Amino acid sequence: MPKKLYNQPSPLETQILSKRFRLDNSESLTTYLANDGFKAFRKAHEMKPEAIIEEVKTSALRGRGGAGFPTGLKWSFVPRSSPKPKYIVINADESEPGTCKDRLLMEYDPHQMIEGILIAGLALDAHKGYLYIRGEYRYLIDHMDRAIAEAYSQGYLGKNILGTGFDFDLYTHSGAGAYECGEETALLDSLEGKRGIPRMKPPFPAVAGAWASPTLLNNVETFSAIPAIIRDGGAAFAALGTPKNGGTRLLCISGHVNKPGVYEVPLGYPMLKFIDEIAGGIPGGKKLKAVIPGGSSCPILRADECDIPMDYDSLAKIGSMLGSGGMVVMDETTDMVKVALRIMRFYAHESCGWCIPCREGTTWLRKILQRFDDGGGKHEDVALLGELSRNMLGRTFCALGDAAAMPTISIVEKFAEDFEKRLARDRQLVTV
Amino acid sequence: MMTFSPQLEQKFAKMLTSYPEGKKRSAVVPMLIYAQDEVGSITPELIEEVARRCEVTPLQVDEVVGYYSMLHRKPMGKYHVQVCTNISCLLVGGMELYQHACKKLGIGHKQVTPDGQFSLEEVECMGACSWAPAVEINYDFHHHITPEKLDQLIDALSSIDALSSNGLRKAH
Repeated sequence: MPKKLYNQPSPLETQILSKRFRLDNSESLTTYLANDGFKAFRKAHEMKPEAIIEEVKTSALRGRGGAGFPTGLKWSFVPRSSPKPKYIVINADESEPGTCKDRLLMEYDPHQMIEGILIAGLALDAHKGYLYIRGEYRYLIDHMDRAIAEAYSQGYLGKNILGTGFDFDLYTHSGAGAYECGEETALLDSLEGKRGIPRMKPPFPAVAGAWASPTLLNNVETFSAIPAIIRDGGAAFAALGTPKNGGTRLLCISGHVNKPGVYEVPLGYPMLKFIDEIAGGIPGGKKLKAVIPGGSSCPILRADECDIPMDYDSLAKIGSMLGSGGMVVMDETTDMVKVALRIMRFYAHESCGWCIPCREGTTWLRKILQRFDDGGGKHEDVALLGELSRNMLGRTFCALGDAAAMPTISIVEKFAEDFEKRLARDRQLVTV
Repeated sequence: MMTFSPQLEQKFAKMLTSYPEGKKRSAVVPMLIYAQDEVGSITPELIEEVARRCEVTPLQVDEVVGYYSMLHRKPMGKYHVQVCTNISCLLVGGMELYQHACKKLGIGHKQVTPDGQFSLEEVECMGACSWAPAVEINYDFHHHITPEKLDQLIDALSSIDALSSNGLRKAH
């Protein structure tokens, strides 16, 4: 009997990071070792640290958490020669609405990520790593604790790993429910036992991160891509994608599609083909109305904007983002007022309250949208929603303010007719 | 001074050594959430205890409790039913599912049934978007949930408890 996965893989996928998912006991170290596991670590150990970082740069891997920053460049910012201890922090606080891929990478192939972390340790002369997992993923914390224990017991973590003389300790650390802790400096405050409030930058975490020491923070998927890059070479990984957008990535598709799921495709994969052929198209023969391309903080796309390749730069060109890979598809029946309201309820709930434009802005936007949805909308609300949102843009410590503003601006601009329709309906109700 | 189960004490002992020297404060959040699972809620006594173990003031622990949504100052039900209504779930019936859960359990957001068996929470995205709508009961994920499936889940949990309390009565 084939192994039960969260969703059936598609033959159109390019499986690099997810290639072991289907194997029996894919989470075990034995399976990992029998399928290319730790070849990259052995190779990296023979390389100079600069050469490892160079290889990651060549791969054109960009951060898979959402911001899409070039990974090799980020690694090069960590001062290897610093007399302070250096730390590696793995961001497994997957909370961007629409995103559910890191779960699978940890559940089905934990040792791939561990190997990636160890390679980063070799490159940066770091010997301790902290895996920050959101509290809701308790089963994964327990799962990772077991995987880490297995790696220790067979000499793949701890002292003198595989006789190389390299030491590395890896620990899990549980969050307790806070979207904001996915922001890297808020995550560091949370790791230090405080409220997750973003820090003033600079200094950036590469210089002064966890406990004021140089710290590398990357997403689960980013670390999981490292073994393939080192094993097969950065150029081979880069060649899978488009220029400056190397490799494959796991996209999570949800909403109005026949086969929602997590699928691995090369960067630059056509969005409409992804929706129609991999995710099985829209149920009931309905038409596409809108797509959130990479998590709820990304500006929304109208159906006529979706004929594009999915890479960071193509999405940026049309004013949106590839984000965290959480794609949400909406059919023609979707009420965009309800979508805007639900998104804003989320950001108002998750705003940490540190910066006033975000704290007050999200709250007022939520109230206006709630009133609108309840039938008390006014014509001027539409302009007010846009104006309030634009007032938040770029005026907060972290990206949460922007994350709340960007989808709202785009929904109000691109789907004004949904708001007008509501106003017309409300007027009709009053007349009757 | 509070003590926890031997397993939890062992976990905490290891946890306190996992951070750099003098940085025990780092254990505050994980210690709170693991302890809450055993104690039932974040009590003033628990705050004192975590503060003592992590070498910080009780106030430094208290301010953390108010920040994280999974930490509760009053006990939730034995089964904490968390229904996601965020965007991916919303599009495929998450809101209707939440409203159904309110009716089925006769309680609202963050309320507990009179017998203390169930509590309900409308939660934000919990990373089950591609298998929506999703419900998490305590730490167990349930995917592709319909109102009927939710009824079955809740009824099954109720009957497990009815069975085990019968069993207890027999044993006495």
